[in-house]
Amino acid sequence: MTTPLLRLSGLTKAYPGVVANDDVSFDIGHGEVHALLGENGAGKSTLVKMIYGLVKPDAGHMMLNDTRFAPDKPSTARAAGIAMVFQHFSLFAALTVAENIALGMENPPKMRALAARIKEVSQQYGLPLDPLAQVSDLSAGERQRVEIVRCLLQDPKLLIMDEPTSVLTPQEVEVLFGTLRKLRTNGTSILYISHKLEEIRTLCDEATILRLGKNVGTCVPRETSAREMAELMVGTRLHQPERHTRDMGADALEVVDLSVAATSQFGTALRGVSLRVREGQILGIGGVAGNGQDELLAVLSGETLSPKGSIRFQGNDISRLDPTSRRALGVLAAPEERLGHAAAPDMSLVENACLTAATRQGLAKNGWINWGKTRQFAEDVIARFDVRTPHAQVAARALSGGNLQKFVIGREIMQDPRVLVVNQPTWGVDASAAAAIRQALLDLAAQGAAVIVISQDLDELLEITDDFAALNEGRLSVPVPTAGLTVDQIGLMLGGAHGMEQAHV
Amino acid sequence: MDWSAINPAFFIASIMVSATPLLLAAIGELVAEKTGVLNLGVEGMMITGAICGFIISVETGSPTLGFICGALGGAVLSLIFALLTQLFMANQVASGLALTLFGLGFSSMIGQGYVGIVPPDVPKLMEGADLSAFQRIALGHDAVLYIGLLIPVIVWYVLKYTRLGLVLRAVGEDHEAAHALGYKVIWIRVGAIFFGGACAGLGGAYLSLVRVPQWTDGMTAGIGWIALALVVFASWRPLFIIIGAYLFGGVTVLQLNLQAAGSTIPVEYLSMSPYVITILVLVLLSVLQKYGLLRAAAPAMLGRLFHASN
Repeated sequence: MTTPLLRLSGLTKAYPGVVANDDVSFDIGHGEVHALLGENGAGKSTLVKMIYGLVKPDAGHMMLNDTRFAPDKPSTARAAGIAMVFQHFSLFAALTVAENIALGMENPPKMRALAARIKEVSQQYGLPLDPLAQVSDLSAGERQRVEIVRCLLQDPKLLIMDEPTSVLTPQEVEVLFGTLRKLRTNGTSILYISHKLEEIRTLCDEATILRLGKNVGTCVPRETSAREMAELMVGTRLHQPERHTRDMGADALEVVDLSVAATSQFGTALRGVSLRVREGQILGIGGVAGNGQDELLAVLSGETLSPKGSIRFQGNDISRLDPTSRRALGVLAAPEERLGHAAAPDMSLVENACLTAATRQGLAKNGWINWGKTRQFAEDVIARFDVRTPHAQVAARALSGGNLQKFVIGREIMQDPRVLVVNQPTWGVDASAAAAIRQALLDLAAQGAAVIVISQDLDELLEITDDFAALNEGRLSVPVPTAGLTVDQIGLMLGGAHGMEQAHV
Repeated sequence: MDWSAINPAFFIASIMVSATPLLLAAIGELVAEKTGVLNLGVEGMMITGAICGFIISVETGSPTLGFICGALGGAVLSLIFALLTQLFMANQVASGLALTLFGLGFSSMIGQGYVGIVPPDVPKLMEGADLSAFQRIALGHDAVLYIGLLIPVIVWYVLKYTRLGLVLRAVGEDHEAAHALGYKVIWIRVGAIFFGGACAGLGGAYLSLVRVPQWTDGMTAGIGWIALALVVFASWRPLFIIIGAYLFGGVTVLQLNLQAAGSTIPVEYLSMSPYVITILVLVLLSVLQKYGLLRAAAPAMLGRLFHASN
């Protein structure tokens, strides 16, 4: 048997109160695409941080090409041929593509030479890029290309990719997979972290599954069903959200030809958006990040006021009402950004509960807060949505992303909304929590509420929505029934491979 | 009033002298802010530099040694700020204010025996009463003034064209990302704070050794605060610092000259004018940014604390 490229033996890393990695061992072969699977908090990030030299293991060791490999900082790892594309892009928005790439290199050439190299490598791998463009002007897909090109310029032996497809359209995913296959052919190994099981089945040669920091098994993804892998990840049988047949009632919310200018420098303007949701209906709105999702949520929630007559709730004009007045009527919203938008990071869950539920749940009277009732409400949300927290007085910041997400969505659902608008309801949430949130949205619709789900997760939209519309550069397509739509059709509705046209110069 | 009382060559030469302390303090603060650190202790570091430089030149008779120790004094004081904000994660605004108050008190204490003393003369490139207008403006100054003009140019070049500058800007734009790439955010910031302190200290020493030249309690009289405003005024562009500092310096000198020439405009309006201009320029910058005609240049991480999360 040939020696593997990288062999991990008994890697262990403990943080106060939690063992992030417990005796993890596996091999990554030459030219192999190796998947690392696991739920949030399973220890995937800690493991790759050890390989990349950001974290030192407490025990265990790594062998790179049969020599001891113990990087103490990322530059050592990079020098040894390890490159990494981060989940949250480590790009600097105010700098140019070339400057960003120079920052990630040990000995960058002169800017002009570097720009030429970037053009060359990006063409070679089908990732067109303008080296002098400022990153803040690029789409998510293009930003990812910057990260990948930065890695490729160093001729890596092992490329680590942390959740690379979460921000891409299906067509962009195809482009990315083409690049990765080309790399594999050239002998580069790839460590691919994801929880999108179908992707792993099409791309990866081997998969290692982590659960609670332990390696719970390896499999060959092509020969294993997505369901089997999911159950290995979770450790129990997975609950599939159930749809109840439900009756659509009267029109709940109607938006007519709504145009709103962008509110921030890098924002997107909404252009002639029209939509209609009925009671009991779930409308899905898909689109790649930055195409007007945040702006759409803001006009529906009342954060941004819209022109008179453009938004109607049960036939009444609500376009000039602020969020509190809309809440009083039953139009609720949960924005995407959990910390800082949906929840105040340094305030407790009880205080956060009060912030959006005060009006509808009667938690405040004449300006005085009824803390007993508020705490009860927060505890109800925590109990019903299985939010893992020691108690309700914990600061929102201290919760993991998935748990806080369950709390902020649960807080709105428990207020018995007539219309609920959610943006990215299961972003960064593990599989079982995501299933619980989706089920709760389905149940809410079954009780006769109108639900608008804005999401970049197409599987999620296909799973729970009745109708689907695509948001592209601030324009909303005409909604079509979700049943019968394929991922390819949706991809075309989303505008295909984003930014490819102008990048082909 | 009598305009002929104002000699143009003297007037311009004194603008340059009057602008230099401001210029030095502002360019130092700009570098710190570029890495994301808001140090409100400029006034305290300046006055510490002023008294350290003053004492050392009086005691040794060497202005050069005085300037070096002035810069060192400001830099050492800035390390207190670095310790508080970078290692102990204290709030930058509160720490900066504390630094200013501490610097003012400390300088007043160690400077008690030095009030009214005349410091040794700082040599100039060309001296004498019979200099031509050009000589007086371009060559009739001490070395520190030219160094002060050179520093913004060097800072501009380093920030724009070198790897060091790229890393400095990167840390100020997104410290998490810079950390993920393996850059030592904390130490880069400590270095920038130290540089800022040295520049402020040098500016302070220039005040007590050249511009006034004397020691009085609280002699910086708000120049450190103007330096902070100047960084915003220059929208974090090093070369604009020169323009801004000369504008402030010009108005200050003009006001003194107008007073001497018997102007009828109340002095208060004249002293107010630099600040009024700052407000107007800031409004103008915001408007330009709103309509996308100018990119916001403020470092995204300005004043934010960085805590390595692993």
